[in-house]
Amino acid sequence: MNTQNELTEGRGATPTPRRTSGPESVLRPAVDIFETSEGITLIADMPGVSKNRLDLRIEANNLLLEGTIGIAPQENMAALHADVRATLYRRSFVLGNELEASKIEANLKDGLLTVRIPKRAELRPRRIEVKS
Amino acid sequence: MFGNIGYSTHPLFTEMRRLEQELDDLFGGSTPWTGGIRSTPPGTFPAINVGSSDDSVTVYLFAPGVDPQKLDITIQQNVLAVSGEREITPDPAATYYRQERFSGDFRRVVSLPDDIDPDKVDATYREGIVQIRLQRRESAKPRAIQIREEAGAPS
Repeated sequence: MNTQNELTEGRGATPTPRRTSGPESVLRPAVDIFETSEGITLIADMPGVSKNRLDLRIEANNLLLEGTIGIAPQENMAALHADVRATLYRRSFVLGNELEASKIEANLKDGLLTVRIPKRAELRPRRIEVKS
Repeated sequence: MFGNIGYSTHPLFTEMRRLEQELDDLFGGSTPWTGGIRSTPPGTFPAINVGSSDDSVTVYLFAPGVDPQKLDITIQQNVLAVSGEREITPDPAATYYRQERFSGDFRRVVSLPDDIDPDKVDATYREGIVQIRLQRRESAKPRAIQIREEAGAPS
């Protein structure tokens, strides 16, 4: 059984972010992804993103996370230093068929996005009794 | 196919190049911070942006999921230090595929412009970003200089 493929990072389905500096560059949020018997949980660091600036959607088995940093620098402000050089976060993952994409739950708090994707009930692991 | 446009001379492209240069300057491509003794490798948690205006300096700390009550922010002269922790306790029953998020204690130190007033600081936390705003000293702000007319000057 290849569980590693249940939530694999998307390739091709969404445009590859340009890794250059400039207005179009994209931030790749750091994520933790883990699986329990109930389903898969994804936690993404997306500081600065509020609920109305978050776009979480599923397109053809792709889970797409997108969000924009909402802090508006003051007028006449010049950057002295910037570790973060873009305002758009984007990352996508391919969901496995055993996951119930229609029952995804998401929560956003303090810049942390938590996404829970349940497994189809009939596909949750069952203990197999061995008859003697 | 695009060879005839003349990248170097076409006004559109020279304008684009100027914009790129401006963006590089704005986003720290060539600021005194680059290569500073306190600079840290990319990806150090929490990420920091610093902006300055005529009357204030603002430090943005990208610290999602950090309890602001547990943050320790100190300032001495013009050196700002922030320390805290973000403990992520993994679920022992789960299978982990990715653990990219920072977990543990952190401390970051940044040197700010010399003219900030350490007594006029205010910090807020919103959506995972700590915003620390420091006022600049009055004497350092730009002032317009009035030209007065000399009395009895020939007109």
